[in-house]
Amino acid sequence: MIFALIIKEFLAILKDPKSRFVLIGPPIIQLFVFGYGATFDLNHVPIAVYDEANSVESRQLIARFEASPAFSRKITLMHQQQIAKVLDNKDVLAVIHIHPQFDRDLALGKTVNIQIIIDGRDSNTALIALSYMQTILAKYNLAMAQQYHTPRPAARLQIRAWFNPDLNSQWFIVTGIIGLLTLVVTILVTALSVAREREQGTFDQLLVTPMTPFQILLGKAIPGLIIGLIEASFIIFMAVFWFNIPFIGHLSALYLGVFLFVFSVIGVGLMISSICVTQQQGLLGAFLFIVPAVILSGFATPIANMPPLVQDFTLINPLRYFLVIVRGVFLEGLPAEVLFNQYWPLALISLVTLSLAAWLFRHRIY
Amino acid sequence: MTENRSLPLDFQHVSKTFSIGKRTIEALKQLSLTVEENSITALVGPDGAGKTTLLRSAVGLYLPNTGEIRIFGYDTRQYSDQIHALIGYMPQRFGLYEDLSVAENLNLYADLHQVSMTDRQHRFDDLMLMTGLAAFTDRLAGKLSGGMKQKLGLACTLLSEPRLLLLDEPSVGVDPVSRRELWRIIQHQVKQKGTTVLLSTAYMDEAERCDKVVLIDDGEILAQDTPEHFKARLSGHCFRLQHARMPYRQLQSRVNASEDIIDSIIQGESVRVVCKQTKLPDFPADIAEHLNVSPAEANLEDAFISLLRQRHPVTHQPPLQINQIENSKNHSNDVIRVEQVDRWFGEFQAVKKLNFSVKRGEIFGLLGANGAGKTTTFRMLCGLLPVSNGQLSVAGVNLRTAAAKARAKIGYMSQKFSLYANLSVQQNMDFFSSAYGLKNQHRKQRIQWAIEQFDLKKDLTSNSGDLPLGYKQRLAMACALMHEPEILFLDEPTSGVDPLARREFWARTNQLAANGVTVLVTTHFMEEAEYCDRLVIMVQGEVMMAGSPAEIKQQAITAECPEPTMEQAFIHLVEKKQS
Repeated sequence: MIFALIIKEFLAILKDPKSRFVLIGPPIIQLFVFGYGATFDLNHVPIAVYDEANSVESRQLIARFEASPAFSRKITLMHQQQIAKVLDNKDVLAVIHIHPQFDRDLALGKTVNIQIIIDGRDSNTALIALSYMQTILAKYNLAMAQQYHTPRPAARLQIRAWFNPDLNSQWFIVTGIIGLLTLVVTILVTALSVAREREQGTFDQLLVTPMTPFQILLGKAIPGLIIGLIEASFIIFMAVFWFNIPFIGHLSALYLGVFLFVFSVIGVGLMISSICVTQQQGLLGAFLFIVPAVILSGFATPIANMPPLVQDFTLINPLRYFLVIVRGVFLEGLPAEVLFNQYWPLALISLVTLSLAAWLFRHRIY
Repeated sequence: MTENRSLPLDFQHVSKTFSIGKRTIEALKQLSLTVEENSITALVGPDGAGKTTLLRSAVGLYLPNTGEIRIFGYDTRQYSDQIHALIGYMPQRFGLYEDLSVAENLNLYADLHQVSMTDRQHRFDDLMLMTGLAAFTDRLAGKLSGGMKQKLGLACTLLSEPRLLLLDEPSVGVDPVSRRELWRIIQHQVKQKGTTVLLSTAYMDEAERCDKVVLIDDGEILAQDTPEHFKARLSGHCFRLQHARMPYRQLQSRVNASEDIIDSIIQGESVRVVCKQTKLPDFPADIAEHLNVSPAEANLEDAFISLLRQRHPVTHQPPLQINQIENSKNHSNDVIRVEQVDRWFGEFQAVKKLNFSVKRGEIFGLLGANGAGKTTTFRMLCGLLPVSNGQLSVAGVNLRTAAAKARAKIGYMSQKFSLYANLSVQQNMDFFSSAYGLKNQHRKQRIQWAIEQFDLKKDLTSNSGDLPLGYKQRLAMACALMHEPEILFLDEPTSGVDPLARREFWARTNQLAANGVTVLVTTHFMEEAEYCDRLVIMVQGEVMMAGSPAEIKQQAITAECPEPTMEQAFIHLVEKKQS
């Protein structure tokens, strides 16, 4: 009987052009939009230069900025007053201001000041741009010290980024998408399934068959599980073979996580479904869950930066655990034993949401 | 333009085609029709005959492919604004805003129709008085009963005082009492305001109250005449038969086999037949011997059936092959037993101390006005709703303790098509047969049986949602009978279905009952109550009356109505109870 339900559920989803699109369209679109569009790396950030010294040395320094792929000089300023204008208009992100005394101070062996005026409205971008600029200046200092035989800085930072040597943010984002898209698709499929039947009046017809509510619930959960697994596998495949994200861990450790994660999401989806009467309500319910779940997951902003109360709140968010698992397995190659502390909360969440869904299902049938 | 002298409605050779997918449907074929001022005209005809298309074309919602439609002389192609100021149109599902109150809905429609503030108040008062909604102005429209919603819809349509009123099946799904009130409003408009009305209906008693009746079929007008003339065509053709030895259901299927019988229905404990000639055909000796014949008055439905039968001859369906349901171990003959059942919804008691029982092989009717608790009772019997108090046993199984076991023995068919619309006919049958636990060879056999019995072979791969209504219903019944249930639950199965399809449906149901299947049916069609062996009438959550149709009619006999129809009896009893 459950087998028949599963077949029926798949037919109902696949024969309806709209729900078929939900399964195929958004995942592919989102994968590419996020994969290429969402990045923390800076490229060709427009800057302006106000070079009052206008000497060989100053131009050498500016050339170092221009040589970096992160920046490109868009405007050359002539007056002090222009600075405010180009920043206000967002023509450039930052202005590099070199004072007239630049050569003289340099020749005298004094430390010269270079002023950087940066647009702080987008604090995240400003910080990243600043750190790039500091790196450029540090290299410049070193070259100067060699050239003029001045004492070199006493200590120098030597940075090596583990797991992501180039600090390529695509590695971070695409691994996050695996969790994000699996969440969206699975929750939509399950949250709409019962609501769709209620809307079309087929739910009563289903309830008068000898199947028990538990069997019906199972018949709704298993298609969700299968679809969630296929969806996740597709994105994992794309991450490895299209985006070339290194996969150094074990598939088994990853799939244990996928499995538990999809289960917990199905529980939430079915809970939404058993409360809602129309598909519209189901859709609304799904998004009420998805948006906070993504924001409070560490998908983009680290959980560690959140206020303590919010941090505690993220403990009930299944995506939080799953993102640790995906990134851990992909980039760090973590084995299943180490991820145990991520698995058991997911298993617990699944158990709670599925039982709640079953309870709601029995009590909201009428 | 001679607009003062123009007819309210004038269709000249109107054709309208639609294409749905690859199919092209000719909804109206060279149709010409005129409607006289200050009259009521009824459109009747089978489903898909073109009634709704005709009404929508008159409003200007559809433009004709060829031909011309004039409303008070205005062509619908050019003068839609002028036309809209003159007409009121109420579609099958009127667009009430369910989250607005009755008064807010009225105000909204008054705004939409630009009714001036000065006129507004007295029109509201008039309409509220007429519809009896005055006490409910603050209630949300969504919380009104079906009949009240329909009355509110009509009130909203009448706000602009239209000269031509177009109503698309205004009384579908409305109980007899509310239906009568709707008619009072319509007739009042015609008499007092000189309004012209064109309406479509599935109820023959409504068509009978009109000045002119137009029978359409397949986009063409078959006949148009006054109700009296229609009836006169068949006077002397109708008889009522009773047999001393044969149960009436058996008698019906026997006489139906004759070529000369156009139509037969069960009425009370007799069979009413319409013959081709003005005399009965020669029946075989075993029937003719003990037959008690009395002449019957022809009615409008007889006339339509005989006209439609000429175009749609009866396809003699193979008699339904049903395995006789033996009297199983439980010696008791009561298949459904309801004892002291209550049902509360919060503070509201929908069903009060309900008691009745249904015997094996009976057709049992559950009747009641909207909101009488009939649907609640029905849902409790199917196991869709738990009882608050009391005992309920279905097929010898207590629904509280073994609901799944009880459900395996019942078949269910609801008024709304409730199979999977985007699955094919075959896929639906596959699913429901498995859902009822049929396996392997047995399952194949049952599906094959359904395909043959219900003539579904040529539609197997079509999506069930695309089937015509009559076929949808066949499929629904096929799915409900797949597991050979002991009891069949039918929730307003014939609501919105035309007379021909209703005949077909009842012929099947009778065969089922004759083979020992118990049938529990709810219906709004009072003449269908006649097909039941026994019935209960519910009012405000209680059984007001129980018994055979004849017994119930017996109780409604009054001086002015010595031979009440089921409908008259129903209205009489409900009003007596409420006063």
